[in-house]
Amino acid sequence: MIEEQEREYLGTSRLFGPILAVEKVSGVGQDEMVEVVEPDGRVRLGRVLEVSEDMAIVQVFEGTAGLVAKTTRVRFTGHPLRIPVSRDMLGRVFDYLARPLDGGPAPITDDLRGVEGSAINPTAREYPRDYIQTGISAIDGMNTLVRGQKLPIFSGSGLPHDALAAQIARQARVKGQEGDFAIIFAAMGVKHDTAEFFRRSLEESGVLRNTIMFLNLADDPPVERLVTPRSALTMAEFLAFEADMHVLVIMTDMTNYAEALREISSVRGELPSRKGYPGYLYSDLASIYERAGRIRGKRGSITQLPILTMPNDDINHPVPDLTGYITEGQIVLSRDLYHKGIYPPIDVLPSLSRLMKDGIGEGMTRGDHPNVASQLYAAYSRVKAVRSLAAVIGEEELSEVDKAYLKFGEEFERRFLKQEPDEDRSMEQTLDLAWHMLALLPRDELHRVSQEQIEKYMPGKDNPPRNPAAAGRPGAEGKDTGADAGKDTVAVR
Amino acid sequence: MGNGFAGNNTGAARNGANAETNLNENVVGIINKISGPIVGCRNVKHARMLEHVWVGPERLMGEIIKLEGETATIQVYENTEGLKPGAEVYGTGQLLAVELGPGLVGQIFDGVERPLEIIRERHGSFIARGANVPPLNPDRKWGVSVLVKAGDELAGGAIVATIQETSTIEHRIMLPPDVSGRVVFAASDGEYSIDDVIVRLDGGYEVRCRTRWPVRRRRPYARRLGPHVPLVTGQRVIDTFFPIAKGGVAAIPGGFGTGKTSMQHQLAKWSDADLIVYVGCGERGNEMTEVLSDFPELVDPRTGKSLMERTILIANTSNMPVAAREASIYTGITIAEYFRDMGYHVAMMADSTSRWAEALREISGRLEEMPAEEGFPPYLASRLAEFYERGGLVQTLSGRQGSVSIVGAVSPPGGDFSEPVTQHTKRFVRCFWALDKELANARHYPAINWLESYSEYIDELVEWWQEGTEDTKGTGGAGAKDPRWRERRDRAMEILQEEDRLQQIARLVGSDALPDDQRLILRVADMLKEGFLQQNALDDVDSFCPAEKQAKMLDIILHFYERASVLLKDGVPLIKVTGFRTIPEIMRMKSTVENDRLEKLDELRKRIDEEFDRVESEYR
Repeated sequence: MIEEQEREYLGTSRLFGPILAVEKVSGVGQDEMVEVVEPDGRVRLGRVLEVSEDMAIVQVFEGTAGLVAKTTRVRFTGHPLRIPVSRDMLGRVFDYLARPLDGGPAPITDDLRGVEGSAINPTAREYPRDYIQTGISAIDGMNTLVRGQKLPIFSGSGLPHDALAAQIARQARVKGQEGDFAIIFAAMGVKHDTAEFFRRSLEESGVLRNTIMFLNLADDPPVERLVTPRSALTMAEFLAFEADMHVLVIMTDMTNYAEALREISSVRGELPSRKGYPGYLYSDLASIYERAGRIRGKRGSITQLPILTMPNDDINHPVPDLTGYITEGQIVLSRDLYHKGIYPPIDVLPSLSRLMKDGIGEGMTRGDHPNVASQLYAAYSRVKAVRSLAAVIGEEELSEVDKAYLKFGEEFERRFLKQEPDEDRSMEQTLDLAWHMLALLPRDELHRVSQEQIEKYMPGKDNPPRNPAAAGRPGAEGKDTGADAGKDTVAVR
Repeated sequence: MGNGFAGNNTGAARNGANAETNLNENVVGIINKISGPIVGCRNVKHARMLEHVWVGPERLMGEIIKLEGETATIQVYENTEGLKPGAEVYGTGQLLAVELGPGLVGQIFDGVERPLEIIRERHGSFIARGANVPPLNPDRKWGVSVLVKAGDELAGGAIVATIQETSTIEHRIMLPPDVSGRVVFAASDGEYSIDDVIVRLDGGYEVRCRTRWPVRRRRPYARRLGPHVPLVTGQRVIDTFFPIAKGGVAAIPGGFGTGKTSMQHQLAKWSDADLIVYVGCGERGNEMTEVLSDFPELVDPRTGKSLMERTILIANTSNMPVAAREASIYTGITIAEYFRDMGYHVAMMADSTSRWAEALREISGRLEEMPAEEGFPPYLASRLAEFYERGGLVQTLSGRQGSVSIVGAVSPPGGDFSEPVTQHTKRFVRCFWALDKELANARHYPAINWLESYSEYIDELVEWWQEGTEDTKGTGGAGAKDPRWRERRDRAMEILQEEDRLQQIARLVGSDALPDDQRLILRVADMLKEGFLQQNALDDVDSFCPAEKQAKMLDIILHFYERASVLLKDGVPLIKVTGFRTIPEIMRMKSTVENDRLEKLDELRKRIDEEFDRVESEYR
């Protein structure tokens, strides 16, 4: 809505950090894009943060190092920050503002979009219901991902969140709807090796030509990080809602993003809130995360998989905390599980998928899915209690039931959670495996599954859990041996 | 109240937002500073405090929040991107107000009452700026029954006409509270639009179906009544353990993922209120979409009609402008009060009040006000108090009973209840439903912690539950006539308290080391938790639990406990009892016994007795 009218001013009145101030300006709009030109013609980009009648405060993306107050020219472009969008950009690597980093030509298109985006009207949204099979049991079985969902991975330094995200990107599919898909990868302050890992991993699985990467690496200016996810999502919105593609957006690392926001806020002298982060961190993060979803009447979708490392593994740190309040659940990684050699080390208890309830069950995944998931949660949370009891009184002193829970816990972690980074389990396999786990518990501990479900799906006791990869249709066998299994488990007590 | 704002009856004010903009080229100031949603203004003349203004060439909606000599500070309810200093600000001469009239029910509005459905039709899937669409459709004709005739003397708040707005809501057109007089003209029954005059008074005042009310001022009533009727929610942990009254105020605090929103949705679905005002304040877009897609399909168990027929939604999602988030709570409560004044029992859900408080903080920060705790402005507590005090059971100006119940979700950072919003909220609410992360992690929903939660309404509601009250004028039935309600509740709470104490010991020595009578308490507490407190919102049967079923279920569990205790005293080992075949049935009765087949619970109770009788006879 800004009129396209360029104005140029010579000299700045103040330079501090990534901020400069220009006096005696007129007609400058809030959030306008700025070009900062040095005498030798070098151009840096910036954005108007605040404007009053005679002064504009500008945030310079490449920083102000080396600028000379008197000779710097500041050109107000009359339009907000924007990037080119086109389908031809698939398979390419760009910087935070969609300028090529891969040596290729600049995208040829007149279609320029403001990176800020607008809020989707809640009445225009389509409630997400199509589940995505990721091939990972801990996610598919217990925290099912849905097309159009925003589901972050809460991780810690040194944990395999990148491997997990790459595995999801490779394996994610929606049953019966292969359709056009795209992966958008937004890197914010990540190590060069991390970016390279993703590139290689996507290349090896042959999806690189469906991928667009927006890179802001660890040694790039922090301020650019504030734009990177917005450029990525602007691109995603174009592909999803105009080119009918299903877009998976991986954004890593949101903690770096929040730190850049804190840096700018503190330079501007704003009142800090928790841990020095600005009071508007929630709204700011929301303006990123809420750009996921589906829109009525459009075929495409945007699914977000943001990754963030929790400083000091603290889930109550403002960044994971506020993220959890906005996103539709979270996948939490656990250092303990990782140390036990379990990949993916997904701590299922604090993990949650809020959209799961509408994407699973009869006609979608399988009728027993909601109850099985609930039963696994209840049982595994009991395991935690039994383990702490065992640590005090010793395993020998545990009751038979508690011992069964301990056994269940071990098997659950070793067989259900753990899988290979290239192991792609079907939803059937995951659910059947879940029943094999539940079979380790006495029957009358299973209150959350129905009697009919037990009879239909519970594998026989003398039918040991098989290699999940080979598990075909154990549902049928469950019927045959169900009654015997019942007697046996009762006898345990 | 009589300063004439409601009587401000000029054409400009009546013809909706669009017309207003055109008729009102009244420049009240020039923009000289822009910082996010806050805009500074110079050369300010003829502006009122809290006046509703239009900002800049795009006519963004705003409100004057500070006046100082010739300068003003405006809070803008839309994105200010591209707004420039030097642009003009236009006055409306009116306080920021909501439009009230038929056509509200079943709709979804943004934080400043713009109809989102119409905005989508006109501007597409993404929210456009400067979309000034009137909240109520001025062209629609409504079937109006006029209740007064020429010569009638009317007092403020009198009901002059009715409109069947939806199948469940009869919209009652009221005289504004500060207007009274003798009717000189009354239209005959017929089809009218919201701007047609249906009644004229001798003072010249013309009553139309549309009226306005400033959002920050509470609507008056004749007198406030003490709460004495429960808002029956169909949620066992609430109705039985921590009940809320009609006109009561409650808070649901909880960290992320503990189920605040699911709880709010459950209350909005199943509460026995006449009307639900659901305010999504700074929360997820998909949650509002969920309500929009689910509610029309769901049937109110009491009226048999679609739930959307009694629901009004206000949505300011987390990525919509922050200033409108601050306003959304007031928009919601004002609409709720308006329907209360017609004699309805309204329940308002505010999800989440923390986002509202954070909006206050953000705006306060931009105004460079001195902060109090954690950056929140010092007036946080008084704003919270003002808001929650707008709830209550009242006698309306027209002599009916109406109420506004408020349930506010609170989102404490890190789930830590010691933060300012939770703490201040606690001072002004009388029900506290504390959500617990541990319970949520075990998927025990609703994750209301029974040891930390409380309700101050129990004493006031005992009479309704146990004896039934004579005072039934539109207050929702004559009571449950369940003489043991309080006794059962207290007994169950006792068991749960005792279990908590025993668990601490069991954690050290193992539960097997406890004597049988204590292990029985652990078993029965498990039954209470799994079989009663836990309620599955996704289960067709369990989602809503009628009061009578709650009573019978709790009775069964306590009966089991009583009989088992007697056996243990007689020296029967606990193992004899824990193997009962009826135990799994007790655990599952919430979903296996349909709500209209409660006799199955009586049969279950009989079977339990039979099992006990058998063991008893073995040991005698």
